[in-house]
Amino acid sequence: MKRSDLILIVLVLCLAALPLAGGAYTLRLGTMAAMSCILALSWNVIGGFAGYPSFAAAAFFGLGAYTTGILLGYKVPLWLSLPIAAGLSFALAGLLGAVLLRLRGHYFAIASLALVEVLREIVNHATDLTGGGMGLNIPVTAGTDIMADARFFFYAMWLVLLVTTIAVIAVSSSRLGFGLSCIRQNEAASQMVGLNTTLYKSIAFGLSACFVGAAGGVYAAWVHYIDPTDVFDILYSVKPIVMALIGGLGSSLGVMIGALLYLVLEEVVWRNYIQFHSAVLGALIIALLLFLPHGLTSLRGGLLLRRLRGA
Amino acid sequence: MPEILKLDNVSRRFGGLYALRDVTLGIDSGEILGLIGPNGAGKTTLVNVVTAVTPATSGRVAFAGEDITRVKSYQAARRGLSRTFQVVQPFPEMSALDNVAAAAAFSRPGTSLHAARDAAREHLAFVGLEGMAGQSAATLTLAMRKRLELAKALAMRPRLLFLDEVNAGLNTAEVERATGLIHQIAKSGVTIVMIEHLMKVVLNVCTRIAVLHNGALIANGAPRDVIKDSAVIEAYLGQQYARRHGHG
Ligand SMILES: Nc1ncnc2c1ncn2[C@@H]1O[C@H](COP(=O)(O)OP(=O)(O)OP(=O)(O)O)[C@@H](O)[C@H]1O
Ligand SMILES: [Mg+2]
Repeated sequence: MKRSDLILIVLVLCLAALPLAGGAYTLRLGTMAAMSCILALSWNVIGGFAGYPSFAAAAFFGLGAYTTGILLGYKVPLWLSLPIAAGLSFALAGLLGAVLLRLRGHYFAIASLALVEVLREIVNHATDLTGGGMGLNIPVTAGTDIMADARFFFYAMWLVLLVTTIAVIAVSSSRLGFGLSCIRQNEAASQMVGLNTTLYKSIAFGLSACFVGAAGGVYAAWVHYIDPTDVFDILYSVKPIVMALIGGLGSSLGVMIGALLYLVLEEVVWRNYIQFHSAVLGALIIALLLFLPHGLTSLRGGLLLRRLRGA
Repeated sequence: MPEILKLDNVSRRFGGLYALRDVTLGIDSGEILGLIGPNGAGKTTLVNVVTAVTPATSGRVAFAGEDITRVKSYQAARRGLSRTFQVVQPFPEMSALDNVAAAAAFSRPGTSLHAARDAAREHLAFVGLEGMAGQSAATLTLAMRKRLELAKALAMRPRLLFLDEVNAGLNTAEVERATGLIHQIAKSGVTIVMIEHLMKVVLNVCTRIAVLHNGALIANGAPRDVIKDSAVIEAYLGQQYARRHGHG
């Protein structure tokens, strides 16, 4: 294991001590932070390792949220609903990936974005199962005590983060990670040396979806009520990309730090400039990307831009 | 000698242009076939068709007795077909060692990364790049990248190796060195098809020559016969002679 991977694991383990430090508000922040890290680390598998800039995260976040919400409605326990949501996200992403990942650069980016719209519309129209635009009420899974509830969902999200972290570290040091790196650098040459690029890309896309699906599931159980505009929100796709860009593409530790830094920025801006929150945050992000175009930890930021231009 | 590769009436069209036109060609196990012809004749396209980069529009390709017309590139690679690219195709950010290790690892699915890197070291040494193992491919000179390309192709343990202008852009000493390597590879039992513009190298190395012109095979036979063929002289060799002696 590389040293940066070790630091990453330690960082995630440290997060587990958060409930010792604060009240319900801190735990809420911690849960959101863990969720953001899951999304950013997941995006890095397809966007950073394989070089395919995906905007599909919101699709699988929503899929996981609805799958879990519906299963909980049928009295399936949370510990079983989450792996099912993750498995479904993996399978759907893997299958769709075999088709979508034939596209490159901005064509792929746009197609992955369309996936979010498609899933949202399906959920909107499958009223019997999902409640459609009216949203879905989800039975309470934790206790009624506010602190216990906050602690429970924090640890649920944290556990998904831990699994995600272990998975991305395993991928980056495996044959799969090596192959994805080949694909990012030269896909034609990868095929020519015997690499089944379609399979590798599909697995990467599946992995980048399954933990996001599980995070969506925890989120749904946590907030007790979801509707299509909430969980298929395109910001779930965009923010992880910004986080990964801040941190520097490719390195999991960098991406995690980028996610945390982004959240600090967002929180500070939200507290102090509540009226023009989005504008200030947008300006800050643009400034960061302009002055740190390659992220904080590595020098690969330009690569995504090149990809987006359709290299 | 058994036939290792067989092209049967293979055509490849790009829009209205026939890059290959009804090419029928057999390659025997163990030979070194020189594939020559003017620019745009379809030489690279022929390699691309066989290695499934651009599938044939019509016709059949058989490798070691099995039909491979519709296989994917990676499957062709795993069956023992390997090639170098006319424009070198490294993994630019990776070390030279990992470039070759990738070829060793993915061409045979069971290979561990560790074993692949060990094998890669040997192949780098064979092409004389052992000193560059840790350097990223992007930092190598063109001559080195050509040799890296060759090491990658060899790491796949090919049965049939296509060399697409491995000598283009190299100086005389580098060409001589590359020619020596090709002789050694052939001796180790690999069948070779080499695309080459330097007739001196072709005549020095090849056991047979096939000539493409406008996508069609216009000659195919022993080197000394082919270079005397009037159609070949007209289409290609005359032109080369004129270029070499500086009058158009
Ligand atoms: N992908 C492609 N799309 C369109 N046309 C192509 C494509 N690949 C090759 N061609 C055309 O097919 C013809 C044959 O090209 P090819 O590259 O096979 O020639 P070549 O014999 O390798 O030439 P050179 O000696 O210049 O490498 C050319 O006219 C070329 O422009
Ligand atoms: Mg060519």
